[in-house]
Amino acid sequence: MFARKGIRGNEQPAGWLFVAPALIILGLFMLLPILMALWVSLTRWNGQGSPFTGDVPFAGLGNYTRLFTDEGLARQDFMTSIRNNAYYVFLVVPIQTVLALGLALIVNNRLLKGKGFFRTAFYFPSVTSSVAISVVFLFMFANGGAINAILSVFGIQGPQWFSDPRGLLHLLFERLGVSPFLTDSGLFGLSWWDWLSGPSVAMCAIISLVVWTTSGTFMVMFLAALQNVPVQLEEAGRIDGANRWQLLRHVILPQLRPTTFLVITLGLIGTWQVFDQIYVMSQGNPAKTTLTPAFLSYRTAFRDFDYGSGAAISFVLFLIIVLLTLLQRRLTRERDS
Amino acid sequence: MIRTLASRFLGYAILIFFALVFLYPFVIQIANSFKTESNAADNPLSPIPSPVVTDSLVRIFEGTGFPTWLGNSVLVTVVVTIGRVLFASMAGYALSRLRFRGRKALFAGLLALMAVPPVVLLIPKFLVLNQLGMYNSYSGLIVPLLADATGIFVMKQFFDSVPVSVEEAARIDGAGAFRMFWSVVLPMAKPALITLTILSFTGSWNEFPHTLVSVQDPGLFTLPRGLADLVSGSLGAGTQYPLKLGAALLATIPVAIIFVIFQRYFVRDAAAGADKG
Repeated sequence: MFARKGIRGNEQPAGWLFVAPALIILGLFMLLPILMALWVSLTRWNGQGSPFTGDVPFAGLGNYTRLFTDEGLARQDFMTSIRNNAYYVFLVVPIQTVLALGLALIVNNRLLKGKGFFRTAFYFPSVTSSVAISVVFLFMFANGGAINAILSVFGIQGPQWFSDPRGLLHLLFERLGVSPFLTDSGLFGLSWWDWLSGPSVAMCAIISLVVWTTSGTFMVMFLAALQNVPVQLEEAGRIDGANRWQLLRHVILPQLRPTTFLVITLGLIGTWQVFDQIYVMSQGNPAKTTLTPAFLSYRTAFRDFDYGSGAAISFVLFLIIVLLTLLQRRLTRERDS
Repeated sequence: MIRTLASRFLGYAILIFFALVFLYPFVIQIANSFKTESNAADNPLSPIPSPVVTDSLVRIFEGTGFPTWLGNSVLVTVVVTIGRVLFASMAGYALSRLRFRGRKALFAGLLALMAVPPVVLLIPKFLVLNQLGMYNSYSGLIVPLLADATGIFVMKQFFDSVPVSVEEAARIDGAGAFRMFWSVVLPMAKPALITLTILSFTGSWNEFPHTLVSVQDPGLFTLPRGLADLVSGSLGAGTQYPLKLGAALLATIPVAIIFVIFQRYFVRDAAAGADKG
């Protein structure tokens, strides 16, 4: 497209001048670093000197194959982190979606007053600092903390949340008297028994924190969508004799479908990025049951000084998230067209 | 009638239950900041400190790096917010209104950058800061945050939604591109600028991962980084929860104030998120 001259004048220089500051910063601190990290992920750089000299040992795809095909600690840790994050996603996404929808439906009820207050109350946690709020939850989930105090009211002795590595499914099997099975065979260096651990008790504490902080944001999205549901539709349903449940199931939920899709995909994208809470609350402990790919990549690079492997983990995670983002954009486009 | 009453009662019961779930952690946080350490350990749930002590608050200011972190956080937040608002509105305006070669490619690139998850940028950002000699400095802490793709997108969408007639009038008066941007376009864009300011303020005030890979000197820590450091045991003996909770509380207050004052803009952000997808 050529710039047209005339009454608008020549906007070519002005255009580039206006985008220049943002372009330079984004190029220098987003695009360039990604290319640099792509190179580093092919090396065994240990943090000494510059990674862009001939002295740095070249690893080829070694850092990537170690995550998938080579037997060893690197693959075991990576697969453990994938397992942990998968359980985290399986719990956080459905719970926060249902909770957000439920809260939105109740807050939106025309018969109830104080809508503004409740909306504020539910939304506030999501604007606070993830680090600050992790400190609060660390205190609440402490051994003699608030959560265990509440549980003891109901006669339940709470676990030592952040030092309990037992998986929920393993606990369930134990309760049912099932002894460990499939411990000999497995996939990617983890036995099937290990894959089937379920989220650990410690991970459940982090899950509850994340659900608590994000539900409010998604509730606001659902509220906005609910306000766009035509009142006539609801009235028509009511005249046809639909009860409240049928109205929700057959009139309101279909109208909310696009928003629900959006909330679920945004949830899927966000949950693969969990980092701050892990860093503050557990650092991947106990027994690596709260290790996630994001934290593992950080730890591998900045604690073990294996920047190549850390960058490789980042790119695998990048791929997972990009695929989910493409899925989300496709769904949004289908909705719009 | 009775059914309506019953369902209304049930509705309030559920709302109040969840309001407690969402707000009581903050009550616990405030109360325990004013408790003695043993009182906090024995009665973590109680909303009333007995006795009320301000020891931990005093120690936050006298025994930790809190004053330094606070100063750094204020500096980073002010500079980053100004930079983001200015650069994002300039770029958003150009992408929406000015006709120049490469505009479409730039916008496509912007959409691609928005899909990059921040958490995979940890190692890359460290690499570039290290290479440019900006690691462990204020410039490393601030400059990479000065522009964000989402902010530019928000501003472009805003300018797309505003009719061009006002600018056309100014154009006939012979105003240059930058003067027109400054004295005609920006004043008109007030609602979008407020949204962007709030977004940038909370974003940079709460920013944590970037500080982790850009600085290591405690003198350059911001509040989230300092807090994380407190928790990971830089305090020495004991759990010292009243102190940690108090520090976290102080770090939350500015965002809480902004939230209460500008709540409708926050709500609009989230709702806009639903639209843009």
